[in-house]
Amino acid sequence: MSAAANPVGAQRAKKINFTQAVNLAMDEAMAADKRVILLGEDIADAQGGGVFTATKGLSAKYGTARVRSTPIAEQAILGAAIGAALVGYRPVAEIMLMNFMTVAMDQIVNHAAKLRFMSGGQTSVPITIRTATGAGAGFGGQHSDMLEAWFAHVPGLKVVMAANPADAKGLLLSCIEDDDPCIFIEHTLAYGVTGAPPPPDYRVPLGIASVAREGTDVSVIGYGPAIAPALALADALQKEGISLEVVDLRTIAPFDQATVLASVAKTRRAVVVHEAVRAFGVGAEISSCIHEALFSELRAPVGRVGSAYSPVPFSPPLEKAYLFNRAGLEAAIRKTLAR
Amino acid sequence: MSTGNPVVTPESAVASEAVAIPHDVLLGIYRRATLIRVADERFQKMISSGQLQILYYSPRGQEILSAALMSTLNQSDYLVTTYRGIHDQLAKGIPSRLLWAEFAGKATGTCKGKGGPMHITHPASGVMVTTGIVGAGLPIANGLALASQLEGDGKVTVVCFGDGSTNIGAFHEAMNLAQIWLLPVIFVCQNNLYGEHTPQAMSTGAKELIDRAVGYGIKGVQVNGNDAFAMHAAAAEAVARARAGRGPTFIEAKTFRFLGHLLGDDSHYIPETEMAAAKAADPLPAYRRALVARGIEESVLNAIDAEIGAEIDDAAQYALDSPYPELGEIRLDVLKAEIAV
Repeated sequence: MSAAANPVGAQRAKKINFTQAVNLAMDEAMAADKRVILLGEDIADAQGGGVFTATKGLSAKYGTARVRSTPIAEQAILGAAIGAALVGYRPVAEIMLMNFMTVAMDQIVNHAAKLRFMSGGQTSVPITIRTATGAGAGFGGQHSDMLEAWFAHVPGLKVVMAANPADAKGLLLSCIEDDDPCIFIEHTLAYGVTGAPPPPDYRVPLGIASVAREGTDVSVIGYGPAIAPALALADALQKEGISLEVVDLRTIAPFDQATVLASVAKTRRAVVVHEAVRAFGVGAEISSCIHEALFSELRAPVGRVGSAYSPVPFSPPLEKAYLFNRAGLEAAIRKTLAR
Repeated sequence: MSTGNPVVTPESAVASEAVAIPHDVLLGIYRRATLIRVADERFQKMISSGQLQILYYSPRGQEILSAALMSTLNQSDYLVTTYRGIHDQLAKGIPSRLLWAEFAGKATGTCKGKGGPMHITHPASGVMVTTGIVGAGLPIANGLALASQLEGDGKVTVVCFGDGSTNIGAFHEAMNLAQIWLLPVIFVCQNNLYGEHTPQAMSTGAKELIDRAVGYGIKGVQVNGNDAFAMHAAAAEAVARARAGRGPTFIEAKTFRFLGHLLGDDSHYIPETEMAAAKAADPLPAYRRALVARGIEESVLNAIDAEIGAEIDDAAQYALDSPYPELGEIRLDVLKAEIAV
């Protein structure tokens, strides 16, 4: 992201990518607290340190009792994480791809999300579920879905996605240390993307959005893979005298209404953008909240940008047609300005 | 196969009364089983009279199984059970008042009235999860056992479920993981021969549920769950094995359900002869006769009966007299932080 903000030279050498960021977060969490354990398919070093190598080196450092490769059995993985969490552990479960969470929805929705409430607060489930997903990699319909809206709709779950490596580290640490179940979404295409290194002991508080770029004309509200194109557009449109404010939610649920509403109260125009399918997406909730709070102040209806109403296609041109893109975002922004 | 009275195959059965059980343990089993019976009768009465409006899954017929099983556990051992669970919950030691108040949705219940009959939790008694989802408790039990293994705290986790659970995916994933990791967990299948309204033979290809264990390399034991001595012995052996770090056990405990799936179910799908035979072998009266035959005075048992009658009178009244939760509770315990108004 805003590389221009960093002085060229020494800083650049220290850049880290998303893989390193999540690995560092887990490393620090495990070093700080022996109750942090990792569970997932192939995550120990003997099995490759995870399919995206996010856990590489951690079993060597902390042992296979704490970094446990599991069978390909998502209900077993999440059940084990939930059970251990009920008695004080802070398990981080890696569900290789977000679509695989669908085979363990019962554990997530009926148990992780609800046990605190249904027990009247006697127990809690401080687990973190790390999962990768996203279209654009040619993985087809069952390895690419962005399902964050499903989880955001369940009371009791927190849903998080970082837009840069520093936030990935800071958010993941916050998830692991949080007393509620957190779903931490990683983008398969972002693992190699680099960014400014996080300061030591960096934490990104859950539920707090960041204004990634200040502006005055249109608020662009998104998260994860939507932020880079939004920032690029902010640079491009600045040349025409259009000033975008980019709000990076970071925590999707519960989302930071105060920051979103403050931004839109200022700009009076907003576009919500995400990679997930537009229909019934997170954007609908945010748009609705903005309309409810600021209807009379809006200069234009809130725009929504998302991917097409289709399973993620395999064929490259179709996959490209499916995905939300910068041109679509630009069109939505210009539409709000046309009023 | 589903012949009514529980059948125990000789090769896998634990010999009844093979181990001498101390009198105080025998009386503890009697006390637990009686508590379950009296509570069950009172729940039925209060539901039919309209004093309680709840879905009720009676454990009638399965009292001895739970009482004997839980008598092998410590209070600090963990239990995971299902919506047909009051026998397990009471036998594990949840105070009657708290259980009754939770069933009534009252603020004084185990879960402040927010869980209800299908979601009883009481960590102080070791009851960690009661799930309304068939089979879902097994993977969670593994996690509790994993924590004990990592801690080295010597605790065991027991997870109870019905025969119906052995056909759902979570069962298989959990059995497999427990064996790979040699977790201190005991899977107790309370086989009452019917999953909802469907007999085992119609829902399960395996002739005997204990055969499930073989496929996972897990130790399997088949036992007459209605025989307190056999059930106690099987459970004690599994507990010792788990505590010694030798891994999980799958216990198929055969039993029978006298009042169908849900209270009000007329059990029309159960042959009358099968039901009659099961009722003739009602496990609690049979156990009482066995205790008397062993020289335990009737007066001792009568005193326990009276004590429990008073306990249930008190618990039921406590539940009725307790207040409902404050409406603000809806914003508490959703997340750790209170939900904003």
